[in-house]
Amino acid sequence: MANYMNQFFFGIYPYIAITVFFLGSLLRYDRDQYTWKASSSQLLSKKDMRLGSNLFHIGIIALFFGHLVGLLTPHWAYHFMMSAGTKQMMAMTAGGIFGLICLAGMILLIRRRMLDARIKATSQATDLPILLLLFVQLVLGLLTIPFSAQHLDGSSMLALASWAQHLVTFQGDAASFVAGEAFIFKIHLVLGLTIFLVFPFTRLVHVWSVPVQYLTRSGYQIVRKRG
Amino acid sequence: MKIRAQIGMVLNLDKCIGCHTCSVTCKNVWTSRQGVEYAWFNNVETKPGVGYPREWENQALWNGGWKLSGKRKIKPKMGGKFRLLAKIFANPDLPEIDDYYEPFTFDYQHLQNAPASQTTPTARMSSVITGERMEKPHWGPNWEEILGGEFSKRSKDANFENIEKEIYGQFENTFMMYLPRLCEHCLNPTCVASCPSGAIYKREEDGIVLIDQDKCRGWRMCVSGCPYKKIYFNWQSGKSEKCTFCYPRIEAGDPTVCSETCVGRIRYLGVLLYDADRIAEAASTSDEADLYQSQLDIFLDPHDPEVINQAKEDGVPDSWITAAQQSPVYKMAMDWKVAFPLHPEYRTLPMVWYIPPLSPIQNAAAQGKIESDGVIPDVTRLRIPVKYLANMLTAGEEQPVIDGLERMIAMRAYMRARTVEGINATEILDRVGLDQETLDDMYQIMAIANYEDRYVIPTNHREYAGKTPFDNELAFNHRSSCGFSFGNGCSDGTSKVSLFGDATHKNTLSGKVHGK
Repeated sequence: MANYMNQFFFGIYPYIAITVFFLGSLLRYDRDQYTWKASSSQLLSKKDMRLGSNLFHIGIIALFFGHLVGLLTPHWAYHFMMSAGTKQMMAMTAGGIFGLICLAGMILLIRRRMLDARIKATSQATDLPILLLLFVQLVLGLLTIPFSAQHLDGSSMLALASWAQHLVTFQGDAASFVAGEAFIFKIHLVLGLTIFLVFPFTRLVHVWSVPVQYLTRSGYQIVRKRG
Repeated sequence: MKIRAQIGMVLNLDKCIGCHTCSVTCKNVWTSRQGVEYAWFNNVETKPGVGYPREWENQALWNGGWKLSGKRKIKPKMGGKFRLLAKIFANPDLPEIDDYYEPFTFDYQHLQNAPASQTTPTARMSSVITGERMEKPHWGPNWEEILGGEFSKRSKDANFENIEKEIYGQFENTFMMYLPRLCEHCLNPTCVASCPSGAIYKREEDGIVLIDQDKCRGWRMCVSGCPYKKIYFNWQSGKSEKCTFCYPRIEAGDPTVCSETCVGRIRYLGVLLYDADRIAEAASTSDEADLYQSQLDIFLDPHDPEVINQAKEDGVPDSWITAAQQSPVYKMAMDWKVAFPLHPEYRTLPMVWYIPPLSPIQNAAAQGKIESDGVIPDVTRLRIPVKYLANMLTAGEEQPVIDGLERMIAMRAYMRARTVEGINATEILDRVGLDQETLDDMYQIMAIANYEDRYVIPTNHREYAGKTPFDNELAFNHRSSCGFSFGNGCSDGTSKVSLFGDATHKNTLSGKVHGK
């Protein structure tokens, strides 16, 4: 049974989540683009927005790219520069700092969303749940730091990275790398995958639309031709 | 040279009676929906006053419009592209809804359902957003109506710059005027420039500035980019909305709703031809005082054969060139120079123009006569200070405003002499540099203001349209297929439940309190 659960959550669930993530996003973008937006509520209440939203976004963007690079960079690509242990220390330090930055912002935002009458009245059904989901995930992520500190040789990190890399390269045996890891890592992984699963049905879709093309737009003005 | 056509508007403030019919008809057509109850694509403000949203003209506060960066370059006052993107998580220049007003309704049902009581039941105010009881509104689109409120607050009006304003707080010296405001459909719009998604665009064929509602991601930079604060963030849809210049009407040759319903007949619509290659040059004129003139310089004479040829080459239809030749907007802005752009110092090259209002001669009654040079009175003695009008319309340059006002006074004086006294007082015309033919035209268009003289709007040409619903083949394919569809617009979806989130509020303007 334990083996089956492990296989399901770390071998099969990731593919379900990622499929829904991509397909759901694509369908929403194609069929219902009017709902595709950042859903900012700053107009209704700007208190705590400047501090809260900035801290939250800076923290979470750093964490996202930290995870992306950390998990998906093969060991051979960096081992001549640093040992796995060094990389783990870097990940723990950076993750800890940005995690706390993100946490501070998130607390402000959650308080705002739960207590501000205007924000409460105009929240979509998914707005608060997704915020709480991110909050729990962040706290779990921060809690993994003491567990990582128990073995600084980078072995856990390498196992998790192997899991991720075997997943994205469709090698079939990904789940086996996670089997022996601490429970907190497993929860963190499952919840993380769940965020991908619900992503297309929440305001998170605005992440896809990061307006980087603005920087490459020639000049400032846009004129549309007929037809 | 690249010639483009623009539909422009002139508002003759000399005739505006401040009745708000334009605002109300516009609201009924465009903003009677959830999320934009607080938005007025057209509103009428009493000046002097800080307006709606509060202090919109104070760009030190909102950072709207453009600023010079370097000698002959401009960038949005909010900052260049990197700076602007850095504000995306929380925009420090964004007004809060209270700077406009919290939208409200009244508890009408209580009037019918209240139990018997000694006092008459009242319908109290409730917020449309939260449904909570509100004691009173704190601001609105015409809050300072007819000089409402204390002078100390109203006099924060940015147009008082370089004016000793204290004396205008005294009853004897007080003055007022109405300023109807809508989107300026600028030639160099900061909203377009500051939209990170590229959702806002200027239409090539008529210059109308629109927001693509599907492409808008709600980054809300346009709201603060626009120095006129004429972009409104829909708090329900999470997208920005703005005045559409009633483009479906304009395309059909009809005037905008605000123009059509103006009881004072103050609004004019017409085509202007301009050189699109010179927009950047005009907008980046180094001295603010020269901006009014540099904006005039990019307009082209529609009677010039060279201009006509080039316009045809650049795809301007013949009917639009003809309309440009009869354009009341061109005549008032360029030929007669009585209409001025609103705040040219924002460097947006606005395309809604204003004829400044005349006002009574100061102290005329006390002195028993009106000071004049024998022909027309001295306009600097008008009750509304010329400097105030100049701060609003010509970046502080008084001479163009003085010339414009003198021409309007001259028109009155000349026509009065002709019709009442039967004299052809050509000395009046000589004084302001007009000939009789021009004056007759001015009188016809500005004073008589017949419908067909006010609105010279060419229809859009569907033969120039490509793959749009106007395209013949496409139109045929869509016949009987979409429009009154079920559920998901014109797509095939029919489910009533949205996976991607439903609206949180239903018909906020129904007169029912939210949540009841």
